[in-house]
Amino acid sequence: MDAIKVLIYIAIFPGFLFQSVFSTYLEWLDRKLYARMQNRLGPLYTGWNGILQPVADILKLFAKEDIVPASADKFMFNLMPVLSLASVFAAGLYLPIWHLTSYNSFEGDLIVVAYLLAIPSFALFLAGWFSVSPFSLIGATRVLTQLFAYEVPFFLALLTPAVMAGSWKIATISSYPWTSGSWWVIPVQLIAFGVALLTLQAKLERVPFDSPEAETEVVGGPLTEYSGKKLGMFRLQKDILLFVGSALVAALFLGGFGGGIILGCIQLVLKTIFVVILLSVVRAACARIRIDQIVTFSWKYLAPASLVQLLIVLLIKGWKGVA
Amino acid sequence: MGEKTIRIPIGPQHPFLKEPAKFDFDISGEEIIGARMRIGYNHRGMEKACEERNYYQCLYLLERICGICSHSHTTCYVQAVEDILKLEVPKRGLYLRTLVCELERLHSHFLWLGVAAHEVGFDTLFMYVWRDREVVMEILEEISGNRVNYAINTIGGVRRDLTEEQRKKILGSLDLLKKRLDYYTHIGTHEPSFLARIQGVGKMSKERAIQMCAVGPFARASGLDVDVRRDDQYAAYGDLDFKVITSDQCDVLGRVIVRVLEIAESLKMIQQLLTKLPEGDIAVKKVPRRVPAGFSISRYEAPRGEDVHYVRSNGTEKPERVKVRAPTMANLEAATESIVGSFIADIPIAIASIDPCFSCTDRTAVVLNDKKKGMRITTWEELRRYGVDWYRKNKGIHF
Repeated sequence: MDAIKVLIYIAIFPGFLFQSVFSTYLEWLDRKLYARMQNRLGPLYTGWNGILQPVADILKLFAKEDIVPASADKFMFNLMPVLSLASVFAAGLYLPIWHLTSYNSFEGDLIVVAYLLAIPSFALFLAGWFSVSPFSLIGATRVLTQLFAYEVPFFLALLTPAVMAGSWKIATISSYPWTSGSWWVIPVQLIAFGVALLTLQAKLERVPFDSPEAETEVVGGPLTEYSGKKLGMFRLQKDILLFVGSALVAALFLGGFGGGIILGCIQLVLKTIFVVILLSVVRAACARIRIDQIVTFSWKYLAPASLVQLLIVLLIKGWKGVA
Repeated sequence: MGEKTIRIPIGPQHPFLKEPAKFDFDISGEEIIGARMRIGYNHRGMEKACEERNYYQCLYLLERICGICSHSHTTCYVQAVEDILKLEVPKRGLYLRTLVCELERLHSHFLWLGVAAHEVGFDTLFMYVWRDREVVMEILEEISGNRVNYAINTIGGVRRDLTEEQRKKILGSLDLLKKRLDYYTHIGTHEPSFLARIQGVGKMSKERAIQMCAVGPFARASGLDVDVRRDDQYAAYGDLDFKVITSDQCDVLGRVIVRVLEIAESLKMIQQLLTKLPEGDIAVKKVPRRVPAGFSISRYEAPRGEDVHYVRSNGTEKPERVKVRAPTMANLEAATESIVGSFIADIPIAIASIDPCFSCTDRTAVVLNDKKKGMRITTWEELRRYGVDWYRKNKGIHF
């Protein structure tokens, strides 16, 4: 019986099906908001107000011809989309969707999720590297450069609530304000929340950090040579990364209260939508900055800011410990 | 060249190129150390086609040189023809012609600002600017009946008059544009992430701009004070009060500043034109179909810079030669050079900063090197020596 239950967890909820459906909804929301902020209408025709447009886009890609360049490394070229999709799915299984916890939550799952979320960037780099075309090579090196820029501030920002709650378990961190009754930790961690948002934006390669796949500069970046199913997988991976990333940030920084499976799930969904809205605003308000400017920005402002935040949290912890 | 240079070809097909052109960049890491360009992918043979058409048909053909500055090319051409015919165009016709000129500059600069924003990934500004460009397009449609190829020019004046209601309506829409323009000027010169991408990019010094014969907003952004509207007044520009905008920034930021401030100047000019609009005819009543033998060169300040047309007539209904030098031709070399030293990421914005229009500028070279027919290739040096010798022998002039 347990085996069937786990299978349902992985395949339907909160696994594959739920993640795919909800992440395409998030993409629609992001596109619609982005469009409205630009005085456009956004998707309109597929489903209610174009809500099925992301699904239609991905299905269309799955039906298209799949081309592997002659000079590309076939094995790596085919492996990378699957690898990156699998890693984000796996990361999504640890999200505290189950009245503030996940069914397989354990002490240290934050580190596992952070690790799993780093794989898509490497997969993207390798995908570009093994497609062997000038544009994908430039895109691939940019992916890697950008990874070195945002990964450290991202981890430092995730560390802050973990230190606050004194746990490596996402579920414990998420429910810390509620269980300990100290709701003031949410405003205290605002700097880390901001850093996490910006680095998440960089991880998702969205404006202003979309240099690796800047259309006007490097055509499609690492994905220039991809088509058909594999491009579809990368698209889906991107959507799910948007969901998992924003849900993770929402769970760590925005707190929550219990209330059973349904209420817990609704909470997470609403918090995630809130984070996606913030990400869309950032996307609409900026121009794309250059790769060297991204590195400078990350190390000059984001990393010190998250260190300052860490210091604040440690001081508070110390002061509380004494008192 | 460094040991680890890669050559990346950009074009003839690339997302940032709206028209085909080919650029080759030698890059080392992310830095560009060499740049070359090649045009000729979109040559349409219009100059030759003009020789097969009468003067009026040429007008409609030349209108289609460029989709954005269509009015520039026809105005430049009719000015040359009117000069050969010695026609005195009525004042009202000149005013209306100038009005469309300035409206065209407005929509072209708005378009450019949007494209520039898009090249650096600032799609929000792109969408906003293009929304307001619609206002200008609607005014143009109101005046001429068309949005792109206005077809308002004719030899000896313009084809459509402006009614009193239209005049009031246009004056009304200008206020909205003025308000929005202030906002875009602020965004274009203050938004940090946009500034980070345009400041110090595509450097072109004043001296080099002179050497490379740069024209238009590109030259003015390098501090070069040139503007045909003031230097060689045509149409109704003599009656107007306007400033020539220059900037000492010498980079893409300077080109943004020059263009947005030029939009403001154009708005002022349109207001002056509409309030001062004189009464009278809009075109010369009778224009001869045959143009007496002669030639004329006409200069015109198109939105992208100085446009030059040369027309030679031979007394028939058809011109013997029409030669077009679109502003992109003058700026392209300079723009390609200005990229060297910057990053790959700067290529789109640096090239887009001249507002390139490759179809207008495209030309083809046919090399006839048939020794049997007595044809041979002459180098520039040989040609120069030949010229010096010829003048010495025939005219007694020593260089």
